[in-house]
Amino acid sequence: MQKYSVFSLIKNAFKGHKEWEVAWKDPTPKSEYDVIIIGGGGHGLATAYYLAKEHNITKVAIIEKGWIGGGNVGRNTTIIRSNYMHDENGLFSEFGMDLWRNMSQDLNFNVMFSPRGIINLAHSDAQMNVYSRRGNSMRLNGIDAVLLNREEVRKIIPMADFSENVRFPIFGGLMQPSAGTARHDAVAWGYARQADSMGVDIIQNCEVTGFDVYNGKILGIRTSKGDIKAKKIGLCVAGSTNILAEKLNMTLPIETHLLQACVSEPIKPILDNVVTFGAGHFYCSQSDKGEMVMGGDLDGYNSYAQRGNLPTLQHVLTEGIAMFPFLSKLKMLRTWGGIMDMSMDGSPIIDKTHIEGLYLNCGWCYGGFKATPASGWTFAHTIAQDRPHKLNAGYSLNRFSTGHLIDEKGLGTKTWIS
Amino acid sequence: MLHIKCPHCGLRSQNEFSYGGDATVKRPELNKEVSDKDWDNFVYLRKSLIGKHLELWQHISGCRQWIKVERDTLTHEIFKTLKANEEV
Repeated sequence: MQKYSVFSLIKNAFKGHKEWEVAWKDPTPKSEYDVIIIGGGGHGLATAYYLAKEHNITKVAIIEKGWIGGGNVGRNTTIIRSNYMHDENGLFSEFGMDLWRNMSQDLNFNVMFSPRGIINLAHSDAQMNVYSRRGNSMRLNGIDAVLLNREEVRKIIPMADFSENVRFPIFGGLMQPSAGTARHDAVAWGYARQADSMGVDIIQNCEVTGFDVYNGKILGIRTSKGDIKAKKIGLCVAGSTNILAEKLNMTLPIETHLLQACVSEPIKPILDNVVTFGAGHFYCSQSDKGEMVMGGDLDGYNSYAQRGNLPTLQHVLTEGIAMFPFLSKLKMLRTWGGIMDMSMDGSPIIDKTHIEGLYLNCGWCYGGFKATPASGWTFAHTIAQDRPHKLNAGYSLNRFSTGHLIDEKGLGTKTWIS
Repeated sequence: MLHIKCPHCGLRSQNEFSYGGDATVKRPELNKEVSDKDWDNFVYLRKSLIGKHLELWQHISGCRQWIKVERDTLTHEIFKTLKANEEV
């Protein structure tokens, strides 16, 4: 594989950029693989990469219905963080932070990881207490957390509404300085290019239409490009998990919901960090191009539309304007939607299933993008070793029936309000 | 914007309603032997498929009644609305 560097850039510039190698090939599927990963999003691509890199399993195919990176890895707000209270989520995400910090070097692809810090705003004394508790839990797990008072927050984001008579005054906030953003498409492309170079077949425009299961064992899949055999198959399809589960006669603790995001027209640099509104659900950062990147609540009813509804957008942006009044002057550039695999406790599932050789990676709710490297790493381990790693042992499928929920927000099973 | 025909009040905009989830799940009967599996099915497990979905909504800014709505999860077309105690 051609290494990307300043020298290869100069060399190719002299050749009019006409001799770059393709980043990944377009193979026809073989009749059999050691492992098939269904879903060519961030998690699927990362899983294939770590299967090859960490476990020397290279006879791997990624089966993608559309094109790689066309789902949620291309539809998120690019936030990367590990500011969780529960051990399972905190340790898993912080392991991922280490992978993020080295990702550009590891993949030889600039993912533009920008650890600019995330601030969760607090709007009451009670909320400050909750953040203090969460911050302490984070620090016990080795994650950086700083509790900021009102004046400290004002120094960092003076453009926020600090007037006295607002409905939700800013009392302070919890900051994770090492959190940040990355260029989402580059993450998918970087993993795809490296996986391809190690022998993984990336098969696009290939829909999985069924599964071959015999005697409780998985034997292969049926696709729009023919049958493919494999003794191990990993499901990594986010919002389409329920559709494939139906083909396997499985019912999962997951619902599919729609989440919107949007960007404003580009403006001069004003916001250095990621900031979230604490009295509702709104988060905001500024992209390198200058656009304000914003997101918030789910549309609020089961949906596969990949396209949003205006009442939710209006509701979310009302919160945004309450936090940053200057946003009201901006024109909206783009809005889009993605379908989320909302789990019943808000935490993901990375586990084996009752079918031998079938592995499940789903339930990412809002948090899929930041989990990409850790999810791929632990899912690859689970598939290769046929048992979960200790980092994803808590993300078991049976935790719902055994009562070992990881309910970070304490919202219960109403997936559409989480 | 969805437009939902409340069986009590008529056609109203989505803003007046609050969502209540899958209407096909059945709570295990009271005073009967209920297995963990039954509770699991009722509390956590959902089909959530593409296409027709029978769901609960509450007309929270109207008559405050719970109703059933049959809606397509891809196109959002609403086929039918029913009172909460009516079956499809």
